[in-house]
Amino acid sequence: MNDLINFITLSDPNTRYVVLGVMLMSAGASVLGCFTFLRKKALIGDAIAHAVLPGVCVAFILSGEKNPILLLLGAFATGWFSVYAVDFIKKNSRLKEDSAIGLVLSVFFGIGILLLTYIQHSGNALQSGLDSFIFGKAASLVSADVYVFGTVAVLLIVVVFFLFKEFMLISFDENYAVSIGFPVKTLEFILTTLTVLAVIVGIQAIGVVLMAAMLITPAAAARFWTNRLPIMLMLAASIGIVSGIGGSFVSYTISGMPTGPWIVLFVSFIAMISFLFAPQKGLAYRWYGREKHKALIMEENILKAFYQLGEQDENFFKERTAEELSDKRGYPIAVINRWFSKLVKHGYLISKNNQYTLTEEGKVKGQRVTKLHRLWEMYLTEYVNLAPDHVHDDAENIEHIITPEIEKKLEEQLQYPNKDPHDSHIPYR
Amino acid sequence: MKTQVDNPILEVHDLTVSYNKKPVLWGIDFTLPKGVLVGIIGPNGAGKSTLIKTIMGLIPAASGFVKLFDKQLEEVRGKVSYVPQRESVDWDFPASAFDVVLMGRYGKLGLFKRPRKADKEVAMECLEKVGMQQFAGRQISQLSGGQQQRVFLARALAQDAELYFMDEPFAGVDAATEAAIIEILKRMTEAGKTVVVVHHDLQSVKEYFNWLLLLNMRLVASGPTNQIFTEELLQETYGGKLTLLAKVGDLLAKQEVPAREK
Repeated sequence: MNDLINFITLSDPNTRYVVLGVMLMSAGASVLGCFTFLRKKALIGDAIAHAVLPGVCVAFILSGEKNPILLLLGAFATGWFSVYAVDFIKKNSRLKEDSAIGLVLSVFFGIGILLLTYIQHSGNALQSGLDSFIFGKAASLVSADVYVFGTVAVLLIVVVFFLFKEFMLISFDENYAVSIGFPVKTLEFILTTLTVLAVIVGIQAIGVVLMAAMLITPAAAARFWTNRLPIMLMLAASIGIVSGIGGSFVSYTISGMPTGPWIVLFVSFIAMISFLFAPQKGLAYRWYGREKHKALIMEENILKAFYQLGEQDENFFKERTAEELSDKRGYPIAVINRWFSKLVKHGYLISKNNQYTLTEEGKVKGQRVTKLHRLWEMYLTEYVNLAPDHVHDDAENIEHIITPEIEKKLEEQLQYPNKDPHDSHIPYR
Repeated sequence: MKTQVDNPILEVHDLTVSYNKKPVLWGIDFTLPKGVLVGIIGPNGAGKSTLIKTIMGLIPAASGFVKLFDKQLEEVRGKVSYVPQRESVDWDFPASAFDVVLMGRYGKLGLFKRPRKADKEVAMECLEKVGMQQFAGRQISQLSGGQQQRVFLARALAQDAELYFMDEPFAGVDAATEAAIIEILKRMTEAGKTVVVVHHDLQSVKEYFNWLLLLNMRLVASGPTNQIFTEELLQETYGGKLTLLAKVGDLLAKQEVPAREK
């Protein structure tokens, strides 16, 4: 509990640095990641992140110390080089982009691990903590790191702010950007450079292995909630920041916990929530929509059956039993009973001693569905040239989705026919 | 059969274009007058899109040159507008119809500057011109194919150019949209603009265009529609690729010999 209070109040200056640093890094990576995501270059982020390790190691070997600026330069050099290595392989070999990325990623990371092992056995006492680059350790951030990395992260966001229009255009329609004379190659170069920077400022806190997740996951999660790019960028940044805080809290309170995996767990959790529950695009929303439509179909089918039985008996308001409906539509009695009570609740049926009667509203609805069914059958036979015995199943589906506008057009185009292809009467109001 | 004009708005001189060393357009050479509605006609794989992409500098030419308004493209970019194929972009991009049309103002704005109020007004007017004002705020993936094409046209209109290149603006659009678009294009040419359209529906050629380029890896004919829209020239355009031309092209690709000295 004390930990929580200490963490929230940021009373410890060290914690203050760490949390601030992680927040800035996560925000920077998330914002740049939006463009990586939209340009469908998600895997490139992974290649960059892994390729950063050998650069860090070489910088350490050459300088013999953990100077954040030198490490950053080393990381930048190999990270950036990896992007062009992927491009070069893609252009000059038969390998496609995914294989080229896999190749570059594993070769660079392999060299990185090799160098890291060498450093660990070199006896240089300053090397302790260098291995935290693999999974990230926010606690290992000292004030000098936070100043350097934090400044770079802020710089990234500022550049994106000023080049927002340009980055949006080259992400959406590169050819058009060329055609209006924008320096697309230069803009792409800047965007790539920013992406590499976003990755390398994050690696000390998050680690090379999981940095790609920090780049892409907030963007993917944010995309579920909005259709506007500016909002997507802000949302992604917020998701990054919240996860960053969460991850560093766990790493702060539980000793030995790496920051990177925890941040990624938080961000993945948010992505999962988005995937499931975002309006319109979320799984739950779509499932709910389908269930609602299924319910509509059931209700309309039962009312239609009532109406058609009414046609036969020439009495639309006759009392009927579940058995009668079951015979007509083939649904089990239990199902019919369940839907009957719903229809009673919705005001389309009235029940009396297990007998059910249409209300006026129920009759209107049943009549409309019957009309739409028969009109659609007419349309299919007259305009699509289907045989009359082939149109029923299709009409069973379409009758539930025809909008009032289409209904009107259908009536006009067919000129209000009296009979459907099976000689049944088409009821208009 | 080639009609050359004086003071052309577009001059394409002996243009050869290659993909991976394999020529796809051979020695294209023609001129266009101001104020015509031009159809580029030819079978699939004839290089129609490649031709306008090369003119717009999106694909490098292996040899030959292009002059617009008697100048290099770089000098007159503001007067030239390009409408890419609808399928060339991801319509799932988080942007509204209005956002896309506003991109038409980016060229005039230049780098770093944000769209001003005037730009937004122009964008809205252009959406109105294509009958899409009520869809301004709609996410672009929720538009039909025809509506997406109208958005692209509105973006081009927002550029306020003199010369327009449009890659298959009628592909995958409904009849109403096609009629609306051709109406707008005709009005543009009446106002003195020049519009070049990649097109592949022979049925409507006579009705739509008053100038044609018949293309099939080489330029078969160019000139006023009533002169070159003949059975004989169409036969030549659509009568299969020239086998020898294709074979030599394959050879060039295989041996990796450069086309010309370059």
